[in-house]
Amino acid sequence: MANYLEIENLRVSFKTFEGTKNVLDLEYIGIDKGETFGLVGESGAGKSVLALTLLKLLPMPPGIIENGKIIFDGQDLLDKSEGEMRRLRGRKMAMIFQDPMSTLNPVFTVGEQIVRVIRQNKGVSRRAAERQALEMIELVKLPDPRNIMRKYPHELSGGQRQRVIIAIALSCGAEFLIADEPTRNLDVTIQAGILKLLAELKRELQVTVLFIANNLGLVSAICDRMAVLHEGRVVETGAVREVIRDPRHPYTHVLLRAIPRNRDEEIDLDALAVRGEGPVEVKGCGYFNRCPERRERCRDQRPVLQPVGGSHYVACHVAVEGGERSG
Amino acid sequence: MNWISSKALRPRIKEFRLSVHLLSRNRLTRAALVTVLLLVLIAVVAPVIVPYPSHIYGVETPEDKLLPPSGKYFFGTDELGRDIFSRVLYGTRISLQTALLAVGLALLIGIPLGAIAGATGGFVDEAIMRITDVFLSFPPLLLAIAIAAFLGPSLTNAMLAIAISWWPWYTRLIRGQAVSIRERQFVRAAKAIGTPHFKIIFGHIVPNCIAPVIVQASMDLGGVILTAAALSFLGLGAQPPTPEWGLMVSTSRNYFLNAWWYSIFPGLAIFITVLAFNLLGDGLREILDPKTRKN
Repeated sequence: MANYLEIENLRVSFKTFEGTKNVLDLEYIGIDKGETFGLVGESGAGKSVLALTLLKLLPMPPGIIENGKIIFDGQDLLDKSEGEMRRLRGRKMAMIFQDPMSTLNPVFTVGEQIVRVIRQNKGVSRRAAERQALEMIELVKLPDPRNIMRKYPHELSGGQRQRVIIAIALSCGAEFLIADEPTRNLDVTIQAGILKLLAELKRELQVTVLFIANNLGLVSAICDRMAVLHEGRVVETGAVREVIRDPRHPYTHVLLRAIPRNRDEEIDLDALAVRGEGPVEVKGCGYFNRCPERRERCRDQRPVLQPVGGSHYVACHVAVEGGERSG
Repeated sequence: MNWISSKALRPRIKEFRLSVHLLSRNRLTRAALVTVLLLVLIAVVAPVIVPYPSHIYGVETPEDKLLPPSGKYFFGTDELGRDIFSRVLYGTRISLQTALLAVGLALLIGIPLGAIAGATGGFVDEAIMRITDVFLSFPPLLLAIAIAAFLGPSLTNAMLAIAISWWPWYTRLIRGQAVSIRERQFVRAAKAIGTPHFKIIFGHIVPNCIAPVIVQASMDLGGVILTAAALSFLGLGAQPPTPEWGLMVSTSRNYFLNAWWYSIFPGLAIFITVLAFNLLGDGLREILDPKTRKN
């Protein structure tokens, strides 16, 4: 099956006064059309950098794309000019940002903002754009759309704003949606509403979603497949069910243990905390300093993604060897 | 279908009414607002209401020269027997026109350049800002005098001279704002949805940094009137027989000892106008800045 979005050997770095720091080093990520792909990782893992790189919105400098390919719908995005990318944004791919509080322009009503985006991407008349805007607000299930159109962003709650942002992102027929922690800064009940909406929209509009989160629970709730990102590398990937039921990488274990399941279970905060000397550059595994099961070879040899059954891949010497021993 | 055309305006009207309400709560600002509106009204209807329309440019009653204020001539007459009251009223029109056009022109140059510089950054920013530095390195009045002298003395040229020496201030103001607005999330979101650069500048960045410019411009209206009067006083602005306030003060110097009314009334007109615009600017700053705005 042909992949819709393929990322191959992508290396993104930042140039600083101390030299070049590699922040993203991806062997391969493939996303099929119509699926929801989850990307999990802690702060600083490179999730947002990846999202911005896909849209080619990463500020350059200081960012540099050292090499790689991003094949989207058959074309390499890295070969595209800024003008070509601009025409893709909004019409083919769109993004929902982390913080709904600051994503809308404070000086215009939300109706005006949706109308503008529709007019600019579709070139329709103001009246037609207004009608479509109204439909979009209905689509994201906001009550009393006409009233919402007339509100300024500061008059809406965080959840309402995020719905408006989703409406804007989908208003011009984008088929690929990057949701960069769309539920951050929202309280849990609102989170659930937004997740439900995303799942419904995905089904109704057949959009492909790259869902970025730092919480495995959210990803397992709405994604089909997922990848765990650590220090800019994919350490484990596969169908959500495979990864959740049978996590192989020690880091995935830690992430899983961070989800509260029932009140009797104690969360091991020590396992989550960054231990050791912090992110010291090692030649081997990026998780070496924090790994409870590290071996000598992990220090010098970088593990690569290896199949451990089905579509499940893991980049860990211990997990792969352990699997071999038991099997 | 057309519900929005009428209703989309409603939040703006609400905002506007709130602004007017806040503006009129401060007494000083309210007085300034009333004065400015009165000045505008005078400027508009001046040709109709002045008691001696023919005195504005022509000389009709030379025998009445340098008469003190009286029931016939409220502000007295000048050395050619013209009614000073009529000329001062008509001068309002000239001064406001000059001020609006000069400030408008300066804004028209200054805002786009500042927004482009701040939003684009890099070489473009450097180039534009270094040009403004060159302009700002001259004392403002001196630069205006030099330009007016170069262009030749006339009111239009004085206005151009003022606009040319004034725009860099707006460029600086807008650029500073734009640099900070550019980093805001909604600008990045606008890019992510495919908005072209120039639409981001004029559709997102400029509307978000216009407030301090409004304040500055309303204060500058007073400043420009003063500068225009100064240029006319120096003979580089309006030429006789234009009833320009600065020019009238300038001519009246020779008669000051025995005809005080000749200098006092045009001078007073300048003073009141400049003061009103400055106070209005202060009031605007207070309501446009959320920190000083008390709902």
